[in-house]
Amino acid sequence: MAMENEKKPCLSGRGVTKIFGAGKQETVAVDHVDFDFNEGEIVSIVGESGSGKTTLSKMLLGLISVTEGQVLYQGQPRDIGTNAKKKEYWKNIQPIFQDPFSSYNIFYKIDSVLLDCLNMRGCKNLPYEQKVEMMTEACSFVNLKFAELTNKYPFELSGGQMQRLMIARIFLLKPKILMADEPTSMIDACSRATILDMLLKLRDEINMTVIFITHDIGLAYYISDKVYIMEHGRFVESGPAEDVIINPKDAYTRRLISDVPKIYEKWDLDTVLNK
Amino acid sequence: MKNTIKQVFHSGKFLVGFIIFFIIFLTCIFYPLIVRTDPLAMVGNGNFFAPGTYISQEEAATEEPYSLNVDASSAKLQAALSVDDLSAMQQWLIKYGGVKESDIDVTDAQKMAELWQAHYDSTVAQPGLIAAKKKYYVRLDKKITAALKDSGVIIADKDADTGALTESKTIKETDFINTGDISNKRTFILGTDNFGRDVLTELISATVSSLKIGFIAGLIATAIGLFLGLLAGYLGGFPDNLIMFITNLFTVIPSFVILILISYSVGNSARGIMMVALIIGLTSWPWTTRSVRSQVISLRNRDHVNLSKLSGHSMMRIIFTDILPYIASYVVMAMILQISSGILSEAQLSMIGLGPATTKTATLGLMMNWAMQYSAHLNGSWWAYFPVVIMIALISFSLNLMNTGLDQVFNPQLRD
Repeated sequence: MAMENEKKPCLSGRGVTKIFGAGKQETVAVDHVDFDFNEGEIVSIVGESGSGKTTLSKMLLGLISVTEGQVLYQGQPRDIGTNAKKKEYWKNIQPIFQDPFSSYNIFYKIDSVLLDCLNMRGCKNLPYEQKVEMMTEACSFVNLKFAELTNKYPFELSGGQMQRLMIARIFLLKPKILMADEPTSMIDACSRATILDMLLKLRDEINMTVIFITHDIGLAYYISDKVYIMEHGRFVESGPAEDVIINPKDAYTRRLISDVPKIYEKWDLDTVLNK
Repeated sequence: MKNTIKQVFHSGKFLVGFIIFFIIFLTCIFYPLIVRTDPLAMVGNGNFFAPGTYISQEEAATEEPYSLNVDASSAKLQAALSVDDLSAMQQWLIKYGGVKESDIDVTDAQKMAELWQAHYDSTVAQPGLIAAKKKYYVRLDKKITAALKDSGVIIADKDADTGALTESKTIKETDFINTGDISNKRTFILGTDNFGRDVLTELISATVSSLKIGFIAGLIATAIGLFLGLLAGYLGGFPDNLIMFITNLFTVIPSFVILILISYSVGNSARGIMMVALIIGLTSWPWTTRSVRSQVISLRNRDHVNLSKLSGHSMMRIIFTDILPYIASYVVMAMILQISSGILSEAQLSMIGLGPATTKTATLGLMMNWAMQYSAHLNGSWWAYFPVVIMIALISFSLNLMNTGLDQVFNPQLRD
């Protein structure tokens, strides 16, 4: 319990709601959710497609506005009213997107992505050699060789390389919060394990809060400290990963768990068929 | 970049369009360097001289002739007598001249004329022939006599004091001139127009002005359309609604009507080539705005744009580096179409008399307008308007072909 008290909430939400459209076409994507993401934790948000996970993550990133409710950053109401404040906020929260192939501007060499990070950290006026050193370090953190990647365009890399480069970007920026929106869903199983390991390593090294958004409850159990189960824009269940997954209380959670295929066991499709 | 250009030139459609356009473009540049006469100099003293080489009659008359053994009279007869004339002669000869049908060869004008002279007599009784027909035969007889006469043209000198004429030279039927000896001649490949101007030279200079109008109008329309489209698409919300409201307003009112109204209200004196280009450019942007906006909206929420935002880039930088390159090919294609439609708009506007109000420069539309006002299409002077139509068609055809080719290169769904 002593550990619990030490943890400060890094990002919290009170009644956060997002409504798209108006009138008859109104769609409630995220419906009054409350949450507390603590510093240094890995938090998973699990739900099926269309449950509002990505919308929530975009709101937390500050890319789209919040219709109702309040987002608190380090205990204070988040203020991103002006561009300067937004920029300041984005030094502390950074994303890894689902699709590495669309995360890059195909007209620019990948160096520019890493150089942007250095500029953002205020290393703009460093000599170029020092910048290269930092970029090389970041690349070696994700098992890439900067010398091989420099002067290449994004489409010359494989999907796994691109996604690892995204993590290198996070390594350079060292934000307090990482918003990983299904970072492994477009990646093959082998690369997936390495990428997850890298995320865990990042957390250990710089005490980063990782918000991990996924539809794969097995994966969530494997890496997270805390799990939020999301259905139709609401959190139906939340708590420490062991509690939620070993003793699920909500029917939806049970269904999600039974939908995970297991080796040496017949896949139980009843829940899917009786939906 | 190099790769893209290579790919573009591999497209057959683009290449054909480009070659046609390039040839027109090169002609516009090099023709004025070779033919240095004023394209709008009024060479001909009259309307619509047919295409051909015009040689000086005076020089031809004074030139030392070559005598050729050519039967000039039969050629003259052939020219004088139409097929109708010949068959009328045949009828008369059989009916009233007492010639057997088997003795007459209608195709040989020479023999017919000889038979005619031997048998025709206007005083003979011609029962069943109306007076008008009788008079026609008398006229025909005179025509044949004149054609057969070995006349020769006499050239005489006039005495300065007395005014008496003294014969200096007779030009016989068999006298010919080598056209190469005549130094004083002009060739009008496409004839002359209603003002007596060389149509070919005028056409080239008109093409230059029309291309200028097209380019300026296209540039203006694309610049405005791109700016408003980027703004509306990227900002969304109220700016988007406002810009789209204005754009829709312009789309709903036919732009040609606006074009006519503005052209009319600007007034004759102000309506030069640049003004017309400006007016066309200022009325044709809504289409570009709409399409750029829709492209930007689909790009705005892409991950790479979000990532760029999160990297702290300013809005201008995001628009220029993360959005503009993605729609650049599309904008170039839209601009090509705008240029093409600008040239067509100018032609339309000039046709109804609201184009550049000037006789100092020619545009393709003005040439059509002049040809129409002097009813070239009614008196058969095809050279005054047909080459212009072909030129307009070729320019817009080549530009549209280039656009289709580019579309195929940049839109993978359209690839074969």
